[in-house]
Amino acid sequence: MSEALLSLHYHVSPDDFQTAGEASSDVKNKLKKMGFPPEIVRKVAISMYEGEINMVIHAYGGEITVDIGMDEVRAVLKDKGPGIQDIGKAMEAGYSTASEKVRSMGFGAGMGLPNMKKYSDEMKIDTEIGVGTTVTLVVRLA
Amino acid sequence: MTVKELLEKKIYEEVSVGDGLSTEISKPYCCDLLSIAMGKAPAGSCWVTVMANVNTLAVASLTEVACVIVAEGMQLEESFVSKAVQQGITVLRSSQPVFDTAYAVQKLLEE
Ligand SMILES: Nc1ncnc2c1ncn2[C@@H]1O[C@H](COP(=O)(O)OP(=O)(O)OP(=O)(O)O)[C@@H](O)[C@H]1O
Ligand SMILES: [Mg+2]
Repeated sequence: MSEALLSLHYHVSPDDFQTAGEASSDVKNKLKKMGFPPEIVRKVAISMYEGEINMVIHAYGGEITVDIGMDEVRAVLKDKGPGIQDIGKAMEAGYSTASEKVRSMGFGAGMGLPNMKKYSDEMKIDTEIGVGTTVTLVVRLA
Repeated sequence: MTVKELLEKKIYEEVSVGDGLSTEISKPYCCDLLSIAMGKAPAGSCWVTVMANVNTLAVASLTEVACVIVAEGMQLEESFVSKAVQQGITVLRSSQPVFDTAYAVQKLLEE
């Protein structure tokens, strides 16, 4: 990866649905202002939002860093949540362990991770039970 | 039909008037599950849903739908309305069910 043009850092609060999505929204606005193509902005916004909301719903919030480079946008979403038992299962469309409470808010279709896969060019999940999960998302410009 | 033209028809209650008033509405889109809408809502569509919370607005903003119509006359919280205004999203409210609302929008688009 070439040198980052801009590095951003966000704190994601646990269980706060009023502010959930603000990091993704801020990144989207910055990319737009920097003149990135709309399709790239959309890919970053969608994949990053799903990761951000998962940190709110399934973990206890966490930290996001985003490096915007000449040829790629790289987001690393790190939480200290419960970890993911079975990544293969979690990646399946429709698989969700979301609670009734968050389902009533419209979450829990089990499409977040599939969306992240679909809208990123590279996705990596590092997870350890009881320790946390780090998701790396890369969207390439070329 | 642009968002402005839809507003001017005064069919639906105006909840918030956003930034993209000159956006051409491409089609209605219906879904109440946020991550499905996130993956599928077409940019420029008119999103009809009963799910009216601030997360709906986050999805609307990130997918760049033209506007949101809250169907079934769902009650809207103050935080929802203020966030819609703050984020510049046009939100309307319909007393009709989702399908009827989307069908009516489709009819208008075909006029
Ligand atoms: N950061 C995380 N920490 C722990 N578990 C996670 C995390 N992200 C995802 N998961 C697990 O993976 C499952 C699938 O995630 P996915 O985002 O696809 O669906 P969802 O969040 O349950 O619903 P949706 O995203 O459709 O609203 C979750 O239900 C949860 O069990
Ligand atoms: Mg999710």
